[in-house]
Amino acid sequence: MEENNLNEMKELIRNYVIKEYIDDDDVTITYDSPLISSGYVDSFSMVSLLVFLENKFKIKIPPSKATPEAFDSVNNIVALVNQYLNR
Amino acid sequence: MSYSEKTRNLYLSQLADIRSAGIFKEERFIHSSQAADIEVEFPSGSNLKKVINMCSNNYLGLSSHPEVIKAAHEGLEVRGYGMSSVRFICGTQDIHRQLENRVTEFLGTEDTILFPSCMDANAGVFEAILTSEDIMISDRLVHASIIDGMRLCSAQHDTFKHSSMEHLEEKLLLHSDKRLKLVITDGVFSMDGDTAKLDEMVSLCEKYDALLLVDDSHASGFIGKTGRGTHEFCNVMGKIDIITTTFGKALGGASGGCVSGRKEIVAMCRQKARPYLFSNTIAPVIVSGVLKVFDILSASTERRDKLEKNAAFWRAGLTDAGFILKEGNTPIVPVMLFNAKLSQDFSRELYKEGIYAIGFFFPVVPNGQARIRTQISAGHEMHHLELALEKFIKVGKKLGVPGLTKEQIIEKFGT
Amino acid sequence: MYNQYQDHLRSQISEIKEAGLYKEERVIVSPQGAKITLDTGQKVLNFCANNYLGLSSSKKLVEAAREALDTHGYGMSSVRFICGTGDLHKELEQKLADFFGTEDTILYAACFDANGGVFEPLLTSEDAIISDSLNHASIIDGVRLCKAQRYRYENADMEDLETQLQLSQEQRFRLIVTDGVFSMDGNVAPLDRIYELANKYNAMVMVDECHSAGVVGETGRGVTELYNLRGKIEIITGTLGKAFGGAIGGFTTGKKEIIEMLRQRSRPYLFSNAIPPLVAAAGIRMLEMMTETNELQDKLHHNTKYFMDRMLKAGFDIKPTRSAICAVMLYDAKLSQEMAAKLLDEGIYVTGFYYPVVPKGQARIRVQLSAAHETGHLDKAITAFVKVGRKLGVLKEK
Repeated sequence: MEENNLNEMKELIRNYVIKEYIDDDDVTITYDSPLISSGYVDSFSMVSLLVFLENKFKIKIPPSKATPEAFDSVNNIVALVNQYLNR
Repeated sequence: MSYSEKTRNLYLSQLADIRSAGIFKEERFIHSSQAADIEVEFPSGSNLKKVINMCSNNYLGLSSHPEVIKAAHEGLEVRGYGMSSVRFICGTQDIHRQLENRVTEFLGTEDTILFPSCMDANAGVFEAILTSEDIMISDRLVHASIIDGMRLCSAQHDTFKHSSMEHLEEKLLLHSDKRLKLVITDGVFSMDGDTAKLDEMVSLCEKYDALLLVDDSHASGFIGKTGRGTHEFCNVMGKIDIITTTFGKALGGASGGCVSGRKEIVAMCRQKARPYLFSNTIAPVIVSGVLKVFDILSASTERRDKLEKNAAFWRAGLTDAGFILKEGNTPIVPVMLFNAKLSQDFSRELYKEGIYAIGFFFPVVPNGQARIRTQISAGHEMHHLELALEKFIKVGKKLGVPGLTKEQIIEKFGT
Repeated sequence: MYNQYQDHLRSQISEIKEAGLYKEERVIVSPQGAKITLDTGQKVLNFCANNYLGLSSSKKLVEAAREALDTHGYGMSSVRFICGTGDLHKELEQKLADFFGTEDTILYAACFDANGGVFEPLLTSEDAIISDSLNHASIIDGVRLCKAQRYRYENADMEDLETQLQLSQEQRFRLIVTDGVFSMDGNVAPLDRIYELANKYNAMVMVDECHSAGVVGETGRGVTELYNLRGKIEIITGTLGKAFGGAIGGFTTGKKEIIEMLRQRSRPYLFSNAIPPLVAAAGIRMLEMMTETNELQDKLHHNTKYFMDRMLKAGFDIKPTRSAICAVMLYDAKLSQEMAAKLLDEGIYVTGFYYPVVPKGQARIRVQLSAAHETGHLDKAITAFVKVGRKLGVLKEK
């Protein structure tokens, strides 16, 4: 994937995470910020992120791959999405 | 011996971490009945100290009410002590059915099933009625026991931002393809004391074809004009599919909980809810006490009215004194201190002054949201509240808190 | 929405009924005891309560509960760590530790909660739980809430346990979990051999003593007494809801650090009310009674032996055991229900169990003995069993 597209994807996911999960303006989310292990995203709420990714990128992520580890940072999520985009 | 030094040391070091993080939970031993005035041994081994209790769930002051105690005495005489059995083998007495009917009538539902506790009611209800084809959509601040219940259920789950109806609507749309959608909320949220917008939630559930479950543990008996709970307060009696609640707080405070709601849902819980099938039900003596509680509440709204007045007095007094409170109109009144250490210092100073109130901080409340949670009771008389207020102001001034804004507190004490 | 869901539930409920699995509740209008009164007015002898020591309506426990009502009120209206810990709770925790020869105890609303909350705070995904296949539902739920790796061995099968221990050697810590007495068969877990294997393969052991505390061992200290392992087992869970009075309440007792960790992290402990003071007071009195005299334990052991000897002699197929649970094997589900119904007509209240509560083709009547039973009660039950057994062809006609 081209650099531009990759950055665009990261930004898209980061924005969704902030809008969906972060209420506090003081919190900064980087591409590496831990999301689930830090408590910002509780593991119950992952399903909406999953649906967002599947709809946005027209992919299907099997439930067994949607682990808290795979969703723990924007970078991890991008890596997960890429696995299914490239198929 | 397999409990090796390695194992022991692992647990010891984890415990040390908890202590050094300042979140070790110390228990204070109460030697009296639960009431406005209690006698406490703290720290362990010290002399008994008389304090005013400002942090119990004894909202209606019924935990040691003479009539409830008398009913329990009679229950023990007539019904014995324990049942030594689960409900469906030989653990059902007629008074268990009576209590179930009594709750149904009080909450305005169709049927009720008793559980040993509301923790067990919440732990058992989801798995009994939902499957992997369904979705649970819960408020992000629901009680831990609901979270455990959802963890034990194979249905999918999602959450909505605390009390955000727009976000809930988004989620209902997002999951419109699921067989069943169950929206889940607390009626009154225990840490903030705010009330769920049940009227709007009912409308949304009707619009998007979803079921609604409300945990009314911090509301049953006193919220709403006649104390039926948050659904009465929001004018949606009869429209909540499932209410779970406890007898361990306002309704006597001993033990026990229930799931109350649609007839078939209750019937399903009786067949499938694991804590119901595999654990003793509420002891007869407790049932006798709770039945008396309902007698008292049905006869008059005096106690919940007094509670409302007490809470209003307390809120106004603290606000006038310059403390920052969480908005709300329930007897849960959180005094915001933001800084974790400050909340602990404040609690300790209060205790020295004879006021018992606990400081809460992360992870029980969000980071930077530390507070003293006060809980008002109909068992408080004006002199209790006046003295408690005086001491709150005294301690507040000593620590330099009243009159400061959130920003000023954070600047002074750190986040 | 509800209409649609209502239809769905109705059809599920009728499926349960058609499968013959619908649970009906019999309503009792008297205190629990050897002799109870049903709401039909019928007086029956109760052989299906967990009232092993006959303490459920003990005058002494009722008296202790009444005293506590007067001194400590009715409810605590709080979890333990806010303002729900009474002096009675501490005393009961200490007395339970003394009774079981352990280091410390933590109380729960029920043993269901003790088992539900014991694993998650102690073990992580690096660890292993090795669980008997017939362990109680509450243990299964507790394990479901914990991230540790799960291993399962066939009921009381020590070869299989050894295999699972070998398979789990990679994990950091191993915890073997077993019921002390299995509630459906009444068999006692071979704790001596479990303990040997635990030592050999460096594992800890947890025993659920719900059906064995007060029952098994000469003085009723449970399976650790029976096998001379007092003080050697890391974790014991148990209930106040069976032999120990039968009201409510459960506990975990064992190593000091383990109990301390549970007090900090165990969710059913942190998020549910403390047991009412009157339950704690009755628990204290119960332990005092059991320490002062061995009368109740002796009587239960006598009753169990008396009943089982005579039932075996009469020709019934009974699983031999050292517990107070006597499984009368009938194998056929329908027969078990018919037999229970006919016994009730004779004034004997027992329950027939069949699949899925017990394995297919293993239907039975479970008889639970109690120190509350007098010899006359036992004789009446045996006579009724023989009479109904002959009528239904379970026993040969004489």
